[in-house]
Amino acid sequence: MSLGLAHFLVLSAVIFSIGVIGVITRRNAIIVLMSIELMLNAANLALVAFSAFRQDPDGQIFVFFVIAVAAAEAAVGLALIMLLFRNRKSINVDDFNLMKW
Amino acid sequence: MHLILFIIFAVFCIAGAILVIVLRSPVASAISLIFVMCAIAGLFALVGALFVAALQVIVYAGAVMVLFLFVIMLLNIKEELITTDEKRLTRYLGSALGLAFVLEIAYFVRRGLAFGSSSLYLPVPKEFASIELISTGIFTKYLLAFEMTSILLLVAIVGAIMLARGKGRRDT
Repeated sequence: MSLGLAHFLVLSAVIFSIGVIGVITRRNAIIVLMSIELMLNAANLALVAFSAFRQDPDGQIFVFFVIAVAAAEAAVGLALIMLLFRNRKSINVDDFNLMKW
Repeated sequence: MHLILFIIFAVFCIAGAILVIVLRSPVASAISLIFVMCAIAGLFALVGALFVAALQVIVYAGAVMVLFLFVIMLLNIKEELITTDEKRLTRYLGSALGLAFVLEIAYFVRRGLAFGSSSLYLPVPKEFASIELISTGIFTKYLLAFEMTSILLLVAIVGAIMLARGKGRRDT
């Protein structure tokens, strides 16, 4: 049995689902951000797998852009967490219901 | 041979990803996330995407995770703040939702692959994934997106500085 596209897609789906579970179940804001990074990595894995499958470098160019966006997202997200921690002395997501109603 | 390497990397990935969301301490989570990213870089190298593998290690495992660790250390979160008791219902509901999600994707991948016997060619031809092809694509076909990325990074830098700067020092 040789290595197929399905292996990569299923692995990507599993990692993405673990990321979804992390976002839903964990209440620590930093761990929520890390779970989002996990989901972005799963998407990158699927993109690279399709790129290798089609022998087309465009998929890897997309991964390049995804990595750039993820870096920007991490920087702004961590700055937001620092600001929230400074104002509320907590990084528990349940404490941040300021804009709920 | 490729399949064995894939299985090794996949096991590392899944184990690390589970550790990220299970471990209590954020520092341990960040370390296992670095582990996952290195394993994913190994998978990229396995299919011949060497440039993206290098990018993954340098940008993700290097820069982004150092930023995460820096913020974790900087906040100096106390242990009782970390281990706030999570609501039981949320945990079970979230796990059930994630499981349903993975089953759904596995079903559709299986159904999609039923159309044709598709297997990934692993001895990759030379012109695939060469850095020349990737850079040609970036600077010709996707030039606009590339320039937009630079603007996005600039906005992110300015936004992060504006947000993280303290209120009292704004007039200096």
